[in-house]
Amino acid sequence: MAASVSVPERKSEVKRIFENMEYGPAPEASNVAKAWLQQHDNALGHFIGGKWVKPENRKTYDTCSPATGEVLASTTQGEEEDVNNAVSCAKEAFKSWSQLPPHSRARYLYAIARNVQKHHRLIAVMEALDNGKSIRETRDCDIPLVARHFYHHAGWAQLSDTEMRGWKPIGVVGAIVPWNFPLMLLTWKVCPALAMGNTVVLKPATFTRLSALLFAEICHEAGLPPGVFNVVTGNGAFGSKLAMHPDVDKVAFTGSTPVGQTLRRLTAGTGKKLSLELGGKSPVIVMENADLDSTVEGIVDAIYFNQGQVCSAGSKLIVQENIYDDLIARLKERMSHFRLGHSLDKGIDVGAVVSKQQLATITEFVEEAKVEGAEVFHAPVPVPQTGLFYPPTLITKVQTVSRVVREEIFGPVLVALPFRTAKEAQSIGNNTNYGLAASVWSDHLPTALELAISIKAGSVWVNCHNLFDAAAGFGGYRESGFGRDGGKEGLFEYVRPAWEERPRPECKEIDVKSFGSTFGGSIMPAPGQGQPTANDVQQNGIRLPKVDHTYKVYYGGAQKRPDGCYSRPIYAINKQIAAYVGDSNRKDVRNAVEAAHKAAPGWGKRAAHNRAQIVYYMAENLEMRRSEVANRLTQLTGESLESSMREVDLSIQRLFYWGAYADKFGGSVQETQLYGCTVCIREPVGVIGIACPDQNPLLAFVSLFAPAVIRANCVVIIPSERHPIPALDFYQVFDTSDLPGGVVNILSGGRDHVTKYLVEHQNVEAMWYFGSAEGSKFVEHSSAENVKRTWVNYGIQRDWSDPDQGQGEEFLYHATQCKNIWMPMGVTYAN
Amino acid sequence: MMNPGMELDLGWVQKTTINLPAVERRAATLRTRRTVKKSWQAAWLLRAVTCIDLTTLSGDDTSSNVSRLCYKAKHPIRDDLLKAMGMEDAGIEVGAVCVYSSRVPEAIKYLKQAGGSSIPVASVATGFPAGQTPLETRVEEIRRAIKMGAREIDIVISRTKALQGDWQGVYDEIKVCKEACGADVHMKTILGTGDLGTLTNVYKASLVAMMAGSDFIKTSTGKEGVNATLPVGLVMVRAIRDYYHKTGVKVGFKPAGGIRSAKDSCTWLALMKEELGDEWMKNDLFRIGASSLLTDIERQLYHFVYGRYAAAHQLPLA
Repeated sequence: MAASVSVPERKSEVKRIFENMEYGPAPEASNVAKAWLQQHDNALGHFIGGKWVKPENRKTYDTCSPATGEVLASTTQGEEEDVNNAVSCAKEAFKSWSQLPPHSRARYLYAIARNVQKHHRLIAVMEALDNGKSIRETRDCDIPLVARHFYHHAGWAQLSDTEMRGWKPIGVVGAIVPWNFPLMLLTWKVCPALAMGNTVVLKPATFTRLSALLFAEICHEAGLPPGVFNVVTGNGAFGSKLAMHPDVDKVAFTGSTPVGQTLRRLTAGTGKKLSLELGGKSPVIVMENADLDSTVEGIVDAIYFNQGQVCSAGSKLIVQENIYDDLIARLKERMSHFRLGHSLDKGIDVGAVVSKQQLATITEFVEEAKVEGAEVFHAPVPVPQTGLFYPPTLITKVQTVSRVVREEIFGPVLVALPFRTAKEAQSIGNNTNYGLAASVWSDHLPTALELAISIKAGSVWVNCHNLFDAAAGFGGYRESGFGRDGGKEGLFEYVRPAWEERPRPECKEIDVKSFGSTFGGSIMPAPGQGQPTANDVQQNGIRLPKVDHTYKVYYGGAQKRPDGCYSRPIYAINKQIAAYVGDSNRKDVRNAVEAAHKAAPGWGKRAAHNRAQIVYYMAENLEMRRSEVANRLTQLTGESLESSMREVDLSIQRLFYWGAYADKFGGSVQETQLYGCTVCIREPVGVIGIACPDQNPLLAFVSLFAPAVIRANCVVIIPSERHPIPALDFYQVFDTSDLPGGVVNILSGGRDHVTKYLVEHQNVEAMWYFGSAEGSKFVEHSSAENVKRTWVNYGIQRDWSDPDQGQGEEFLYHATQCKNIWMPMGVTYAN
Repeated sequence: MMNPGMELDLGWVQKTTINLPAVERRAATLRTRRTVKKSWQAAWLLRAVTCIDLTTLSGDDTSSNVSRLCYKAKHPIRDDLLKAMGMEDAGIEVGAVCVYSSRVPEAIKYLKQAGGSSIPVASVATGFPAGQTPLETRVEEIRRAIKMGAREIDIVISRTKALQGDWQGVYDEIKVCKEACGADVHMKTILGTGDLGTLTNVYKASLVAMMAGSDFIKTSTGKEGVNATLPVGLVMVRAIRDYYHKTGVKVGFKPAGGIRSAKDSCTWLALMKEELGDEWMKNDLFRIGASSLLTDIERQLYHFVYGRYAAAHQLPLA
């Protein structure tokens, strides 16, 4: 007999369990995490410039474990001075960090990845303790993704000179991240920012500050130079201070749509870059030919992962009618096997939700559905009595009108609706303000692919849900935000064109309500404001008045009289009135946007080859009018004829350039960890409003509409306000080049007036504005309403004739949005 | 309870598809979603012991190793360990002893000698492992094994017919075997999942085997390239669940081949609990076909009792 540790107290226990075969507790130890907190006297400050900084006289916030309510540590409520301190450290660090050779930055990022792995367990435990999510998820999902992100971006740092040629770092990035994946989501900001040579000041969410602070110390130990990555803690207003700090050059945000909108308005017109990864109401679409039991597991991954507190949670289950009852029955049975419990129990499925407020919101949503008469099914499993737990829930007998179907609940609550056909699934799936993610369940390839393409969302998973990887950008369409986290596509959020300086516009105050609202505000659309140009021709020695030429507005492929039936005078360089053009108003915008949307589906389905042919054809037709157009340019702008010729020639070149790109930017295969295929498709943004600048009235017009349309967008374009005629003449080129009606729509008139209605139109997906600083501010501010993508010039001119400035990747970036489609593969499991 | 079977419902058999990557994802997290520790682990391991079909199926089987196996079947865990856990009177013995039909008589003899007559002897039959013999001889094997005292029969399906999509043929043959087994002998049907090519075929074969009256469906012979893997098991237990919902009949499940670690046995038990429920965690509805698994379980229990890891030589050889 070797040893003799007897266990009498366990005797009856083993027998009892042998009979009932229950699960028992499987606790993960928290002693190391707690020792780390004690090392800091359970009172944490900011981490700035490579040091712990605990300013005096700050309020504190006690961070608690949602599973038990236990206080873990006190953290600092920062004040403006702390933001200033952190930003100035980051600004100082930027000087050397941005100048490091790419290989050096790669080494630092690699070291961080390594150190994250060294402390994997500690970070996982800290995250689970502080957030309430299960240790299984932090251990197997959050933290491995953190390490993976750093490895992947160490690679981008290494390759930045070649892969990101023509781009440069922005400066100081202010990152604001939420509490649902505290460390993982901060990584999604920090990795690309550092890889591209920026420095970062991060504000973690109030509820979950610990992992960020721990991580800051780990980065410091990994040798990251002081000031490159700083963590400051504080409340929401403190976050706004960070975003508004003049030396913060970019704000990177993940969080709720309302806060994203606030940040958009706050930073409007400041010249700061902004990326927003916001909320969602992502559909899970189940077709009759899906593997139903596997779909049920997919639904578990979609909505009960992380207590449903996932921006891409598949919270809207839509099921083909003929399998609806079967699937719902299977799902309910599956739900009876859930285990809820303490986040550090290794055998639980669902942990605690993050806060009392969150629990109250979830409860309120579900109660409201009950009142509406919906059927609410809570997983019939024990719910811990203490701690912030909400049982996994399924709501049926609801329809698209219900709030639980339309709004993001951010909890373990799923709504289910039936549909009849794939087409209807697509309509219901897209019947949402959001566009973050979706999953499609079908074992029929053509069905799955068509649905994946037709759902408007940044990530679409086929027969899976909530898969993430550093190599595939994550981010939304519509009110789910813009910009991508991850993949090469995500790098563009952290760079600016090499020729461009950070815009610091001197912007006058604007009244957002009244800006641009006066029709005829810039020039009165009336006669009597100048001398008309001499207007006659000689025929056989007889002087005749010229046949009158009327410039109309152009939409839906036809010239239309402007709705208001007003015309504004356009002056030639000699101050004489060259022509009158239509003065567009709100209703012209409405009609043009409608025409653009009508054209968009067909234009999108055209073969890229065909789009290219049309643009080349435009070049052909423009060249036929080369001298006529050049003469008119000279007459209007006063540039030399030689210079005008150059502008026409450059315009022709640019059409060729963009024609070439029509079939060369469709996307790529992403090298994620998925066994299968992750495809990034660069989809069109949709209908884009464009306001052209006054300089280079032809070249700028061509440079802006062409990249948009070759990437299958439709545009409503406001030509130069001062010199609209070259653009208006162009509609004859469109008409002779087989361009389908509605793809390019031209509205002449007051730039800011028409812009106002375009940017305020909820069905315009993006606005490109090249006008004044004030107009830029207005566009950015007003775009917040439906989280439009914007591209504005802050009143700063660019040189359209310079290929670096007038064409290139920047235009493609703005003309497309990335959708990543995840397609697992496999049938071989054995011989 | 025996499975009376049902008419072959080809519409049902044909309509389902199984998505391998999605099944694999579930199988991968099964291991990490559930774990049992301390007393729970000990109790679960003891339960696993009672579900083992302690098996030897080799060309070199003789009375020496069969007898050793039978004694181990009756005394799977050292008495001191059982006593320390308060389980000395719980009747801990394996679910069955599984041998080739020629070894059935001696298995019965040695079990009796060991005081383990309650332990059924299971015999493989029907041209095990390949099933490539004429149906008549396959059925004759069943009859003889039963005559020699086997109380359970593990048959193999014709992978030939399954791969050719002849589900009617698969059904008919199993039905004939079932008739040969009669009302008192439990029939376990081995699908040879490693040979079936797709998980969709695994699901179809599971359904067909149950429709034809199998009391258990079993993954593999242990002789295919790939044996009892969790994805395969998941598909089979889901078929069992579907069959139960449709007919009210509970069919048992037996993964066999490749299950060697104590942790694996707990994972398979968790699979049963999660996908089918607690009823399927007892040996009337769950068996594990294994030989070396028992040693690892005994080692784990030794550690639970004594807080030290045992050397292999400290545990009686099976």
